[in-house]
Amino acid sequence: MSDLNKLGLAEARDALRKGDVTSVELTESCLKAIDEADALNAFVHKTPEIALERAKAADARIKAGDAPSMCGLPIGIKDLFCTKGVSSQAASKILEGFRPEYESTVSQQLADAGAVMLGKLNMDEFAMGSSNETSVYGNAVSPWRRGNDDAQLTPGGSSGGSASAVSADLCLAATGTDTGGSIRQPAAFVGITGIKPTYGRCSRWGIVAFASSLDQAGPMTKNVRDAAIMLETMCGHDPKDSTSAELAVPNFEAMLTGDVKGKKIGIPKEYRMDGMPAEIEKLWSDGAEMLKAAGAEIVDISLPHTKYALPAYYVIAPAEASSNLARYDGVRYGRRAHLAQGDGITEMYEKTRAEGFGPEVQRRVMIGTYVLSAGFYDAYYNRARKVRTLIKKDFEDVFAAGVDAILTPATPSASFGLGEMTEADPVQMYLNDVFTVTVNLAGLPGVSVPAGLDKQGLPLGLQLIGRPWDEGELLNTAYALETAAGFVAKPGKWW
Amino acid sequence: MSIDQSTAAKVAKLARIKVEDDALPALASEFNTILGFIEQLNEVDVDGVEPMVSVEPMRLKRREDVVTDGNQQDKVLANAPDAREGFFAVPKVVE
Repeated sequence: MSDLNKLGLAEARDALRKGDVTSVELTESCLKAIDEADALNAFVHKTPEIALERAKAADARIKAGDAPSMCGLPIGIKDLFCTKGVSSQAASKILEGFRPEYESTVSQQLADAGAVMLGKLNMDEFAMGSSNETSVYGNAVSPWRRGNDDAQLTPGGSSGGSASAVSADLCLAATGTDTGGSIRQPAAFVGITGIKPTYGRCSRWGIVAFASSLDQAGPMTKNVRDAAIMLETMCGHDPKDSTSAELAVPNFEAMLTGDVKGKKIGIPKEYRMDGMPAEIEKLWSDGAEMLKAAGAEIVDISLPHTKYALPAYYVIAPAEASSNLARYDGVRYGRRAHLAQGDGITEMYEKTRAEGFGPEVQRRVMIGTYVLSAGFYDAYYNRARKVRTLIKKDFEDVFAAGVDAILTPATPSASFGLGEMTEADPVQMYLNDVFTVTVNLAGLPGVSVPAGLDKQGLPLGLQLIGRPWDEGELLNTAYALETAAGFVAKPGKWW
Repeated sequence: MSIDQSTAAKVAKLARIKVEDDALPALASEFNTILGFIEQLNEVDVDGVEPMVSVEPMRLKRREDVVTDGNQQDKVLANAPDAREGFFAVPKVVE
């Protein structure tokens, strides 16, 4: 078999079980693709030795029979996950040289299942960004281009390296994390599938924290079936994360029947924004038609507080970030600034954090500090938390009325050029997450499915939002949408 | 609410991030853009609404108050920028 790196998880798993390929062959194919793709800047720490060692172990396990689904499958890990003995920097200068003495629960579960780590993937610094332009490693680049225009495009963010790597077939799948849309927006930008599960499904232990009440890990894959397979391995209760749910993890793949007959799919009117490109409007109504043709019932719904989700997010997420990032003090790990004669401990903190954090991270830490400071805590932070309660209630009300899932666009536009937003104010960049951020605030599962191309030939995605803990049914609806949309486009190789 | 340069300087100090004086006007202006965006929240009627504490109504797990970990000083110090004699080392704290 040739081009093994182009396989998805399910195909590769089946080929491994039949003995048609070995994990070492799959892994070598990916390692070669990675070495040829430095122009994408997706893999920022390559781990070929670890990969080949794990691939050999996986082959032995498969030979012995009884290997789990992920066994032998080569994947990439976002740099936000702590991986034992391997650089884990959250794409920040402040964690330069940090090699954790421990492994995150999610990456450990994947390793225990026999998955092969190929290396660490680029991202926005501390997952703060929507274009992968805040990374200390430099921009990750999308494999997609606007026709023959050779301008570099963003793979989205913050999981931009994961998106670029999966779309360009450098790995079979990758881990991502999603605080306001960081799995679903990049997945939509590069034409792949990405799911953020219900808050509490995946352990956050060992994942560098951004905003703890919003952060969730999830898979980024070539199709919905692969997402089901990988999500099952990533989920599960972890006593080391106090918000991890003590719930059984279903066999998500077995739930992919494609049958959505009688399901009620809500179309929220508040997501029809002024100035939304006609192509996205059309993609959305086409998606609704596809689900209707598959037997679902389409109903108009209202989520009245949608407009306030982004402003609430930009209070809550920076507030939590300012608290979480207080740990980067130049004492226990990472990088300490060079100090002048006579500098004391305060100068050490201030210089270390000024040198170590990039501009967007500094901005958010300071906004968070401000909204939590004496005199403003109630006006900003408590008010935002009350609005969050109302946003969650919007969803509870429509689910109580019998809606099974909600269909929305994944992003307000297709991918844009790297550097094109440099002159815009920070709020313009934040608008990328307008359709995804509500889902994090309400703790719900959300999946982005590629559904079409725009007139420039760039992928566009649709988002499905499900009930809490209902990832299996959500993935099944996504599977029906994927089947109907029939998205098969791939970027032409230029790198 | 408008943030002036002295407020920006105070926030930077609280966040323990050194900001040079000549960078303060731009910083204050960015804060104002973001806070202007956040001001929309004032349109929402939040009377009688409880601020969200936990997105899923789950009681935090408790465990026995016993030692579960420890005796790994070398691992704890392995990533320190300056570790000496089994301790983290920092500049002089007390004169």
